[in-house]
Amino acid sequence: MIAYTIRRVLIAIPTLLIVLTITFVLIRIAPGDPAEVRLGDYASKEAVEALRREMGLDKSMWSQYLDTLNGLLQGNFGRSMVNGRPISQDLRRSLPYTVELTLVGIIFGAVFGIPTGVYTALKRNTLADYMGRTLSLGGLSFPTFYLGILLMLAFAIKIPMFPVVGGGDIHNLRSNLYHLFLPGLTLGLIMTAYVTRMARSSVLNILNEDYVRTARAKGLTERKVIYVHLLRNALLPIIALIGVYSIVLIGGSVMVEIVFSRPGLGKMMIGALKQRDYTTLQAVMITFTSFVILINLITDLTYGLIDPRVRYK
Amino acid sequence: MKQPSMRRKILRTFLRNRTSIIGACISMAMLSIAILAPWISPYDPLRQNVYYRLTPPERSHPLGTDEYGRDVLSRIFAGARISFIVGMASMAFGMIIGTAMGMIGGYAGGKLETALMRILDILMSFPDEVFGVMVMIVLGPGLENVIIAITVLMIPRFARMGHAPTLAIKEVDYIASAKSIGASDSRIIIRHILPNIFGEILVMGTLWLGTAIRLEASLSFLGVGVPPPTPTLGNMVRVGVDFLAVAPWVSVFAGLAILISIFGFNLLGDGLRDITDPKLYAR
Repeated sequence: MIAYTIRRVLIAIPTLLIVLTITFVLIRIAPGDPAEVRLGDYASKEAVEALRREMGLDKSMWSQYLDTLNGLLQGNFGRSMVNGRPISQDLRRSLPYTVELTLVGIIFGAVFGIPTGVYTALKRNTLADYMGRTLSLGGLSFPTFYLGILLMLAFAIKIPMFPVVGGGDIHNLRSNLYHLFLPGLTLGLIMTAYVTRMARSSVLNILNEDYVRTARAKGLTERKVIYVHLLRNALLPIIALIGVYSIVLIGGSVMVEIVFSRPGLGKMMIGALKQRDYTTLQAVMITFTSFVILINLITDLTYGLIDPRVRYK
Repeated sequence: MKQPSMRRKILRTFLRNRTSIIGACISMAMLSIAILAPWISPYDPLRQNVYYRLTPPERSHPLGTDEYGRDVLSRIFAGARISFIVGMASMAFGMIIGTAMGMIGGYAGGKLETALMRILDILMSFPDEVFGVMVMIVLGPGLENVIIAITVLMIPRFARMGHAPTLAIKEVDYIASAKSIGASDSRIIIRHILPNIFGEILVMGTLWLGTAIRLEASLSFLGVGVPPPTPTLGNMVRVGVDFLAVAPWVSVFAGLAILISIFGFNLLGDGLRDITDPKLYAR
């Protein structure tokens, strides 16, 4: 398993490199650059040129790329091109907000989505099933930002129970949870819709398996069939799909952070994109991609705990 | 396990069809609004009226007015038009380009296929919203550019849809027969492989039309979509957030229009998928 983990981490390196390259090229061919943004519309051409030189933007794309790679190999993200602070410092400050939000989203989604999905599959074609399916399809149709705004309107403005915006103090548990509640609920509800659907179809697939029929034929109680034979096998594809939906999770967390002005990675990324903060954007994209790779690795390793047939070679 | 009775089977089929019928009705209603917007709008969506700023819903303005006194209902009609233009165009272009890429890659095989699918995999490892914003920032704002950006996001999905079945179908005997009587590669792809996967692709296209509309809304919500003064639903939601405490109707109704449009296509696509999937009938 350790060898497997190491190999997976090694395979991730080219992926990270390609993501970095795509980001690097796209943001640089976009009109405008950080020197113009920093000096504003009325700056003289000479001033912009001077700042460009200072930032190293007058060098060729290729040598900038090599500089970036060189910095990354030394574990150094460099400094922000807009505010001049070391990026690692900003990342350390933002990362916890995004990590806690996505964790809440994925756990909420699993805790509510898996039982609902399993239940509606077992009770399929009943009223409960149709209601569950319609609700989860409704959840899939909800733009994340709209759900966030509705919850904000209901529980922060009409009934002022929770704060409208902000991330709270990450070191103060109370303030942190208080600010996390509505964003977490938004992302959690969206994830629940996804998880419910895949849990339902995964159980439906297994209901037709031979071993379920055998278990029933040998006279096991329905309880035993469900808990021992069905659930354990159904969990596997569900966990795999949670890995697949980590993209949806990250995309959702970006929108949620924008709606609730949480100072997380998503907000950092959109800010960096709009201000053409090349270095910050590259660092955030690498962090996001590593995050997705990590979630996928964890889900793959969880496989082995649930299914003894899986061997890591 | 109890076998479902005939009556239940009929009921089930009916209910399945009902889902798609409801979905079709919602989609057609929203589509008609989008098409007829210029004729059915009570007001000019751009006309400002300082005396009617942030007016709550009332008889003359059924969904209220925004911060410039513009009629929210008329703006939603106009915004729905943009959503549908972007959604349908980008879905159609994505379908044509993506399916073609997937099928050609799957049919040709070899290095081309490996490289193509690897690139598409990596494009899909970016969250849609993130990659969409990046492409929009490169292209700059504008209706055509939003269509291009969302087309770029749609291509990998359709390419995967076209790729996997092509791999399986190209091994089948009738493809070998077609080849032996001298059919060209393009003829085989268009006449012999495409008809097999076309239904499935249309069904997924319906579902992804909802996705395309959601992406258009997300991009305009993030401020990188079709620029103002053209009304877009996402932008209305975004601007309305600033007035959420005093005038929630702007965001709420604009968002509701997005939600209903997407929900309609999702219901329709989901129903169609159930009806066209023979495996599900067996259950």
